Amino acid sequence: MQNVKMVVTGPFNSGKTEFIHTVSEIDVVSTEKKISGADEKSVKDTTTVAMDFGRITVDENLVLYLFGTPGQKRFDFMWEILSEGMLGFIVMIDSTRPETFREARGILETFRAYAPTPYIVAANKQDCPDAWDPSDMRHVLRLDTGVKILPCVATDRARVKNVLLELLYSILEEMGSSKQ
Amino acid sequence: MALKGNLRDFTLLQLFNLVNLAVKTGSLIVETADDKAQLAFRVGKLAYASLEKDDSSLAGILMRGNKINASQYRIIRERGTQIADQELGLLMINAGYFSQDDILSMLHDYYIGVVHKLFAWMEGSFYFDENQTTPEGRIPVRIDLENLIIDATRMTYEREMLEDEIPSLDMAVKFSDRPGANLEKIRLNPEEWKVVNYVNPKNTLRQISRTLHLSEMEIRRIIYALLQAGIVELIRPAGIPIAVSVGSQTTPAPVVLKPQLSLVNRIINRIRSL
Repeated sequence: MQNVKMVVTGPFNSGKTEFIHTVSEIDVVSTEKKISGADEKSVKDTTTVAMDFGRITVDENLVLYLFGTPGQKRFDFMWEILSEGMLGFIVMIDSTRPETFREARGILETFRAYAPTPYIVAANKQDCPDAWDPSDMRHVLRLDTGVKILPCVATDRARVKNVLLELLYSILEEMGSSKQ
Repeated sequence: MALKGNLRDFTLLQLFNLVNLAVKTGSLIVETADDKAQLAFRVGKLAYASLEKDDSSLAGILMRGNKINASQYRIIRERGTQIADQELGLLMINAGYFSQDDILSMLHDYYIGVVHKLFAWMEGSFYFDENQTTPEGRIPVRIDLENLIIDATRMTYEREMLEDEIPSLDMAVKFSDRPGANLEKIRLNPEEWKVVNYVNPKNTLRQISRTLHLSEMEIRRIIYALLQAGIVELIRPAGIPIAVSVGSQTTPAPVVLKPQLSLVNRIINRIRSL
């Protein structure tokens, strides 16, 4: 049996756990704990402290694992461990919270330093009226034109599938270009 | 699609970068408890800027620039409901008071002044309205954002430097113990003299700034100048944290495992079938 993994990262409350939950065939193995900080508690009640863990069985010989990183900065020691050997990663960003864009950029750069694997950016919560347009987010995040930024709604299976597929296409492209 | 937030989280500098790079057209409205600003952009250039508390009409700008006197201003304002800025500008050009370049140059300077004031705003809700452009009757100009972005970057750097030097406005200042120094011989501008009048270990910088109606940036700038000249010394009350520099984290050597083409294709087929 071969196991491969993808990592879903991003700032606190960007929708990583929800994203994995939407496509995982098992209940997400979650390490959520009650939030103690007053500021963070005002956003949600629980948060991921080690990782979230979802699974998609590809065939009898291959399993894809989705790992969600903890979003809070104080758990960033987990990031390096989770990034080891990943096929690629998804940076999940809450499109309605511009105050997190700079942090998202920092997380993106950190993960690129850990492993220069393909990645894409998912502009989550696009169903909310205050959501920023992905094209504006591209400018703010200073993403190269080659980096994909996709509209996403983490609870919408079709949108989540699309994000995963686009990351896989990027991985294929990368493999094609490295062969040449 | 919404483009809104708070300057506390997303700075004006970042917004200017976005408008410049995305070549946006529309109006950015920034609102604080004290004032409200409108900046209109056309294809990534600044076209217009106004502050609600200022009279941003052409007449107001001409008076502030000492191009017309108070009574001329009053007369224009009395007719103001009928005369739009564009019409007033044309009347003045045709009457030979100003050239078109004079008027555009005054507007240019005023709009840039508004932007510079806005760069000092650390907080305030904003939204970008793509359907709103220069208000009717007002005269648009065309100002490249690059120089404003560079100015703002310098101001940000200056602000960060001043905040490092004077970390809290809850500190006080006292005159330096320099026997023989003669304050009267030191050349200070009027604002600096006003601050010097309040130098007293009992007065915090915040109290001085409130009394003199100075912004946080202005009081920091003046105190920094006085500190550099050796005229005053900061008194740190207990409890003010001292900044500690944090060393940069070292990143480990990247670990890359090369996946196989067939493996990725198998995953793609599986995800499609979900």
